[in-house]
Amino acid sequence: MQDAVLAMLAKEPSHGYHLHARLRRVLGPLGESMNRGQIYVTLARLERAGLVVCERADGLPERPERKVYALTPAGQQRVAAWLAEVGWPKPDLAEFHLKLAAAAAARLADPVELVAAQRRELLRHLREAQQAALAEPAGSGAGLLLEGVALRLQADLRWLDACERAWSGADDEVEGG
Amino acid sequence: MNVSSAVVRARGLVRTHGRGPGRVRAVDEVDLEVPQGQTLAVMGPSGCGKSTLLHLLGGLERPTGGEVWMDGRRIDTLSERALARMRRRSVGFVFQAFHLVEELTAAENVELPALLAGRSRRQARRRASLLLERVGLADRARHLPSRLSGGQRQRVAVARALVNDPLVVFADEPTGNLDTAATLDVLRIFEDLRAAGQTLVIVTHDERVAATADRLISMRDGMFVDDTRLAGTGTGTGTGTGTGTGTGWLGGLGGLIGLEG
Repeated sequence: MQDAVLAMLAKEPSHGYHLHARLRRVLGPLGESMNRGQIYVTLARLERAGLVVCERADGLPERPERKVYALTPAGQQRVAAWLAEVGWPKPDLAEFHLKLAAAAAARLADPVELVAAQRRELLRHLREAQQAALAEPAGSGAGLLLEGVALRLQADLRWLDACERAWSGADDEVEGG
Repeated sequence: MNVSSAVVRARGLVRTHGRGPGRVRAVDEVDLEVPQGQTLAVMGPSGCGKSTLLHLLGGLERPTGGEVWMDGRRIDTLSERALARMRRRSVGFVFQAFHLVEELTAAENVELPALLAGRSRRQARRRASLLLERVGLADRARHLPSRLSGGQRQRVAVARALVNDPLVVFADEPTGNLDTAATLDVLRIFEDLRAAGQTLVIVTHDERVAATADRLISMRDGMFVDDTRLAGTGTGTGTGTGTGTGTGWLGGLGGLIGLEG
């Protein structure tokens, strides 16, 4: 959550309600349960951590909606590190989805490159699971567990294919890579 | 690049289908080197050109442009006869639909390419029984394909592909018609082949098959869009790939199976 909010600010400084709206738009029905209070709590934590600064809009009463949040240099570094991180196993699809959206919006990274890096990581895991499965005698319980691991990895890889197709279509510059 | 170590090599490979405005480049300016002992998987959506690429590399189809080399010899300029001889002696093919001769037994199917390559009946028989043993089908040698399961048929097809000691085995969706258990049987055989130093090129849309390769190329619209080294250097020693990655795999997978927070 913190990383996603930070990354959303990478494009431009934003009001809390604007951030909330963007997150909900990107997440669709999955973001419906997210309330504005969560965003403000997250922003306050990020501010305390020195990752964002808050500027109050001129001449308005102190209401949280009137604050504009922006990344500090430390916040920018954290966003860059988050985008570059290939986190798995962490079956958090929403986080990766937000990462791609944030990367594209702020033009900080090529979403297709992020997908490719993630795919390489998953393939390595799948390779390990497959080799372990092949080494198991037929009918072993561990083999069944590894089968489940492999199937989940396979599902994630197929979803990454869908991500790649979507983000390749979204940006013609991808062709050069 | 060390040319001498590449069993298969392609330079500027192009294959177009159709003519006029409807012309498509199934394979579009592809460069590739497959070193001795490497297991290479080529993945991509249907229609991306991966099967065409396999046919070009194996001498089943001729390129529109570019060069194909097999073991240091250029093959795209060979005569039909010389090309057919090269295919019999130097390459083995495994197809999705098995392509066994239904009237012949498993053993006879395996013997056939050996006989066509000029081996004696006795040599062919010995070699076939050895290979059927290797793929775990010694007891099915006298069966007709119709009496074998899909997985068993594909293992016969693998044995047949190996009968002339090919420089490289080309497999086109080898598990496309198989269930999970049969897929694992075929993958186990491929794993053994790799350990024995066999060069393998596998075209597949199955991530689990692709993940067993040393190297994975992703293909889109006739071009390579990604080339990932998954493990090993494909030198054919067979020691590094199976055991080397074993260290800590559980650590990596622990999170997924719920052993970690």
